[in-house]
Order: sequence, then C-alpha cells, then structure tokens
Amino acid sequence: MPDSLPADSVGIVTPQTYHFDEPIDLACGQTLPSYDLVVETYGQLNADASNAVLICHALSGHHHAAGYHSKEDRKPGWWDSCIGPGKPIDTNRFFVVALNNLGGCHGSTGPNSLNPATGKQYGPDFPVVTVSDWVKSQALLADRLGIDTWAAVVGGSLGGMQALQWSLDYPDRLKHAVVIASTPRLTAQNIAFNEVARQSITTDREFHGGRYYDHNVVPRRGLMLARMVGHITYLSDASMGEKFGRELRNQAYTFGYDAEFQVESYLRYQGERFSETFDANTYLLMTRALDYFDPAYDHGGDLSKALAEASCEFLVVSFSTDWRFAPERSEELVNAMIGARRKVSYAEIDAPWGHDAFLIPTPRYTDVFHAYMDRIAREVGA
Amino acid sequence: MRPDLDIIQQWIRPGYHVLDLGCGDGTLLDYLQRERGASGFGLEINPDHITTCMGRGVAVIEQNLDTQGLGNFDDGSFDVVLMTQALQAVRRPDKVLDEMLRVGREGIVTFPNFAHWRLRWGLALSGRMPESDALPYKWYNTPNIRLCTFKDFEALCRQKGIRITSRRVVDGQHQNSWLARLWPNLLGEIAIYRITRENEQ
Repeated sequence: MPDSLPADSVGIVTPQTYHFDEPIDLACGQTLPSYDLVVETYGQLNADASNAVLICHALSGHHHAAGYHSKEDRKPGWWDSCIGPGKPIDTNRFFVVALNNLGGCHGSTGPNSLNPATGKQYGPDFPVVTVSDWVKSQALLADRLGIDTWAAVVGGSLGGMQALQWSLDYPDRLKHAVVIASTPRLTAQNIAFNEVARQSITTDREFHGGRYYDHNVVPRRGLMLARMVGHITYLSDASMGEKFGRELRNQAYTFGYDAEFQVESYLRYQGERFSETFDANTYLLMTRALDYFDPAYDHGGDLSKALAEASCEFLVVSFSTDWRFAPERSEELVNAMIGARRKVSYAEIDAPWGHDAFLIPTPRYTDVFHAYMDRIAREVGA
Repeated sequence: MRPDLDIIQQWIRPGYHVLDLGCGDGTLLDYLQRERGASGFGLEINPDHITTCMGRGVAVIEQNLDTQGLGNFDDGSFDVVLMTQALQAVRRPDKVLDEMLRVGREGIVTFPNFAHWRLRWGLALSGRMPESDALPYKWYNTPNIRLCTFKDFEALCRQKGIRITSRRVVDGQHQNSWLARLWPNLLGEIAIYRITRENEQ
C-alpha cells in the first residue's frame, strides 16, 4: 500500500465467508451438499437495495477486487483501477459485491477444500462447475445479501461470460449486464491453449492424478508452464515488444538455454509466482468452465434465440489488440443481441495491451465505462 | 433540437424500431425513446459521441458504415432507418441507400444541397471550392466526399426504383420558406427526404 491511502481507494477491506448449507445441484449432475463463498463488499446498500453491482472474476481472479487487506499489501485488488470512490464503478453510489467463485482457491469451496464425505481435500473429486453453476451460486448469495435485483452484473473475460449467463438464467434479477473483453464461446484456438495448459499440469510428475495434497507436493512446474502460455495470450505482440523487445539480461548470447532474453525471465517469474499461490485443480476447473461456455448450444447454435430470454440492457466492450477474445467475438455477441432486439451498446477501445487491456484504465475505456455506470446510477437513484 | 431533427421526429410513429446511421450524440434517438416510445440503435464512430450516447441511455454501436456496412442487420428489421447529414460523407452513398431500404421499411435522409445558389455563386465568382455554414470545410480536409444536389439525389432514386414519399426543403435556418419550395435546387440548403421501396398503399 502507498504511505497514505489514495482518495479514490475503497481503503482497507476485510473478506467475509458465507456458508451455505442447502445442497446445490450442478450442471454435471452432481450435488455439493454445502459450500462456502468468500465475499468482499464495497460501498453501502441503499434502502431499497437497488444499487447493488456484482463483480464476476476471470480465470485467476477472486473476491479481492479493490482496496487493500492491510497496510502491508503491496498491491490493491485486481480491479482497483475501476472500483472505488469516483471510479467507473463508483463506491459512493453503488454497493459492490465481489466473490471468489465455487471451485476457486482463495477461500470459497473448491478442490483444495475438505470433502465432508472423506475428511480429505476434494482434489479431482471436486465436480467440474460451469458458468451457469457459478451464476446459480451467485444468485443464492444475492438472496443472502437481500439483493433481489442487481443494478448491474459486470465482468471481464470469463467474468463477462458470467454477466451474460446472468441475463439468460435470471433475466428479472438484473437491470444491466456489462460484458468486457469476452466472447459468447471459445474458439478452437482458445480451447487449444487451454488444453496445453491442462496437459502441462496433468503430466507434471507431482500431479498425482490431482491428489497432490495427499503427497504434500504441488505440480509447480506444470502450473508454471500453464500460466506462462496463458500469460502470452493475455498480452499483444506489440505490448510484449514494447516491454521487452529482444532485450537480453546480459550483454551477449551465452549459447545456452537459460533465460537469456528479458521476456523469458519475465514469463518464468510470472509463472513461478503464480504456481506458489494458485491451485492446479482450480486452474483445470476454470479452463474447463471456459471451454464449456456456449449459451447458444441449447438453441441449435443460434445465439439470438438464446438471448431472446434476456431482458436486461447490455454494454459490450472489446479491445483492438485483444487476440484471445478478439473484437470480432464481441461483435458476434452484439449482433446476436441486435437480432434478438435487446438493447445493447458497444465500443471497441483502441488499446495496445491485448486481452489484459480490460484491467488497465485507458482514458477512453474509463470514459465509456464511467458514462454507462453513471447512467445506471441515475436510473436506480444511487 | 436541431430543426431538421425536429422535422424528422414528427414522422416517427409511436413504438417504431429505429436505426440511426451516424447518430451523433444521440439527441434524436433519446427524444424518440422518451417522447415516441421508439426503440432502436444508433451507429457512430466518434468516440465522444459514443460516450455521450451511453451516458444518456441511447443504445449505440461503434460501427463504421464504410468498412463494416450494415451486413449485421437483418432484412426488414427496422421500421425506419435514419441518416442525417451523413450521406455525403460515406464512400458509396448509392450502396448505403440500398442497405438502408433492405434493413428498414422506410428511410429518412438529410443532406446539404451542393446546388444552393450561394455555393453556385461562390464557385462562379471566386473559382474556388465553395464553403458555407452547412459545408464549413476546405476541399482537402472535408469529410463530405460525396456532395450532390437535390436533383442528383432524386435522379439516383429514380434510377434505383426508390420512391420518394416526402421531401422537405429548408434554408440555413431550417425555415421552410415559400421561395425554397418554389426553387428547391437553387434556394434550398438542406433537404429531408422520406424514401421507400414499398408500393403505395
């Protein structure tokens, strides 16, 4: 944390755990008898509970979206650039809810939680959850928090998929869905990258079929490789070029295979750090949830038909250099919304940072986000 | 409201599904939504305009007519397609007109008249490309790359079998003067056309 708290920060925040005792039926056919969801909230819920905004996280995200947990925190929450007093998701006006999704590894029930049936960690026995399952658990959380209708459900990437799924599964329970840097379904290339990530984890000798907890080891190499390949897809060629170019760590080639280029050492560092904090089974589960997401599937591949069930308004935002979920994917989504006569606004933001751009507050992105959220705030009297 | 928009809004029936090509800051759509119960979308490429639209609750799509066309809109999916002061700025106005009347039952088009007497006079006297309040650019930086006269537009409509169901000609102050009615191609500065491919009922 900086020496003094920035004026536009939500400040020091403390996560809360909500325990659910009612079993939840999942898309895979299995049932979780009980589970925990870890949640952070920012701002105040107004008297008629009309100003609540749900933040849905992406692959490696969690409930800590804004502010600091303590003065010792080096970095704020993952979306601190967009959540806070006076920021696009203005905590002076909105009551913001961020959670760690089911299957996560930051406190909500997931593969590294204890399985009440065995007394051991779930590991590979934890069911594969889907975007729809997450939305269902988020709706139960909303019930618990006394929120009947969200002013908006907001998310980037995999989070955007949850916002979209909300509009289909609970059309009456949200006014707006904000879908940023997302896609209505993964392409073969997207799935291919996920498969490389999964293979690198599952073929790690320390993986032990997902029961590495029992062996007191972690498939660190596999998780590291998975993160490295994932990280490449989050950046653009140009942004990597600008950040690293062909810069060497030392003056000259060493004619060996150590990390000689800066980009190599960066990726290794990112991968290593990630492997220390993230659970391999959760990574498998999250990538599978991404692969399976396809709301048009049940409607013969017709996304417009799927969207006919939605009644909220949509904001869709894409970024020019995002090749993971390219602007064309957002346009596909927008066109289906137009076909279904849903009210949608769309902007393609010119930004050099690839998929990661949704986390970086470029002026136009901030303007668009601000204008749209400001209008929602006025609409709900926040 | 801009006077040409004021004329247009009178032609929009309650509940119409409207597509506004080059919707600017969304003034017209905003008004139509609130006062006419209309729905629909605006297409725009200017970032500031897009932001303003979003802030006022107008559904705006960032889409470039020249490069992306209207291929993402289904046939006959709108009651009316509007294009105010933008026809002269697209690369192929003829194709845009075709597309307007493919996705909409009716089109409303406004553009500045290049045969207005002041422009004719300016060109005749100075021998330089004319400028006016409606066309305030230099020849080399103007976005208005396809200027035409009312007669040109009407000839194109005839050639394409597009029916003009109404025409309002106004002067610079958007007054519908009797002189402009008498000699539109000479005295009218801006025309507002309603066009359709549907047969007369």
